[in-house]
Amino acid sequence: MSMLTTENLHLYYGQKEALKGIDLAFEAQTMTALVGPSGCGKSTLLRCFNRMNDQVSNAKITGSIWFDRENVNGPAISLVTLRQKIGMVFQQPNPFPFSVYDNVAYGLRLAHSLPKAVIDERVETALKQAAVWDEVKDHLTENAMGFSGGQQQRICIARLLAVLPKVILLDEPTSALDPISSAKIEATLMQLKRDYTIIIVTHNLQQAARISDRTVFMLDGNVIESGPTQTLFMTPENQQTSDYLNGKFG
Amino acid sequence: MTSIKQELRHASKATREDVFGKVITYCCVAVIAVLVISILYFIASRGIATFTVNHVSLWSFISQTSWNPGLLDAHGQPQIGALAMMVTSFTVTILAAIIATPFALAVALYMTEIAPNRGARILQPVIELLVGIPSVVYGFIGLTVVVPYIRHLFGGTGMGILAGTLVLFVMILPTVTTLSVDALNALPGYLRDASLALGATRWQTIHKVLLRAATPRLLTAVIFGMARAFGEALAVQMVIGNAVLMPHGLVTPTATLTSQLTTQIGNTVMGTLPNNALWSLALVLLVMSLIFNLLIRFIGKRGQLS
Repeated sequence: MSMLTTENLHLYYGQKEALKGIDLAFEAQTMTALVGPSGCGKSTLLRCFNRMNDQVSNAKITGSIWFDRENVNGPAISLVTLRQKIGMVFQQPNPFPFSVYDNVAYGLRLAHSLPKAVIDERVETALKQAAVWDEVKDHLTENAMGFSGGQQQRICIARLLAVLPKVILLDEPTSALDPISSAKIEATLMQLKRDYTIIIVTHNLQQAARISDRTVFMLDGNVIESGPTQTLFMTPENQQTSDYLNGKFG
Repeated sequence: MTSIKQELRHASKATREDVFGKVITYCCVAVIAVLVISILYFIASRGIATFTVNHVSLWSFISQTSWNPGLLDAHGQPQIGALAMMVTSFTVTILAAIIATPFALAVALYMTEIAPNRGARILQPVIELLVGIPSVVYGFIGLTVVVPYIRHLFGGTGMGILAGTLVLFVMILPTVTTLSVDALNALPGYLRDASLALGATRWQTIHKVLLRAATPRLLTAVIFGMARAFGEALAVQMVIGNAVLMPHGLVTPTATLTSQLTTQIGNTVMGTLPNNALWSLALVLLVMSLIFNLLIRFIGKRGQLS
């Protein structure tokens, strides 16, 4: 069953059409990679799923995104609940300048006042899921900004896991990190895709090939080709996909 | 060969200009440094003279409330107790900061978070205008509008701490607001995105993330405002009542360190005890502004660490 489906999704920044009718389905417990050259609209598409484009004043969206039979773009949707169900990890690690504990507990404390014991437990679980628990468990009261970039990024992943999402959106989560930290994030994501629906935007084709189950190739606001990662990389149907994967442009 | 060697050993025009510029800069810095040191030395030497030359005890200066430098009391001691003025100065400063802070924060949040375009476009000129109004105008408005109103409400003369606080509140509002706006604008935009993406509302983002992350710089803004309020002389002098008495409430006439200085400095002779006593008040003001500065630096440093 598809967790997320887009239907004829268009997005305009003023006069400029950034997404030109996207029809895609994202399977549950699957990691889908969005690849394509800069400016092809992959990050824009990602930000449609949790309505982060609402922040952009001149962005206009038509078409629908179905998330468990509810239209994300519909008027009845609760942004608060939507963003708890569909969490996002950004390109730059962006922990709050608070303690590790306060960072991970942030989302939990927003909605309702949970007992301290429950928050403690959820924070620990989330940090373990994000594979950063062993490195921070003795430093939970220290400022999250004091950790390395890779650790910060995994703290950010833990922060969104704590609010029990269904879908995780990642916008080039390793592009600001060194190779070793990137490898750790990738290993974390490989663990997480068993339980979550993951959509990852990446510039790194090897990364897409290594960790994703399905890949979507986008170009100039259109989906050119999508399918199982193996198939797309080995036997692309479209000439543009083949050219991009072979480094002829991008 | 020789021509390259000669060229290399010859200072170019740009180098000479560089040296020239450096010399001018250092001269200016030296002049300012000498000026500051002279002012500090002058105030300190005069201010200390009250205690060293005129043998007034430091303890009675900071603990007594009777201020009458020209007269001796029953024990033949000059009456130099600055406590009432210090209490009044601190009270008006703190009260003005307490009243101004919520307003300044609200305006700053409106300008940075709620309506960054429209709000800033309308409010920025208003704030700049408030900064540009001379303090005598604030004092005059205080005297003709605020004081009669307080007199009507509470009786008495209407002059006192309450009137001083209200005038100072308006005067420090633009300072605190401008610095708060800077503090909030200095926050990285990704904090906002991170909070919203976790399902926080705009209000939750503001008070749980932005205000918390900006706290050190917001505190700095408030202390800057307090420093301004503490040092303001003219406007306060016009509404405070200028009676060196311990305040018994918010509406009894009293005096601040600055108001006493401005009203009395012309009535004393240089080198006499009454004159030295006023310099001691100036020294207190100087020390306090130094403390405010140190506080700002201390908080700024702590803010950088986190």
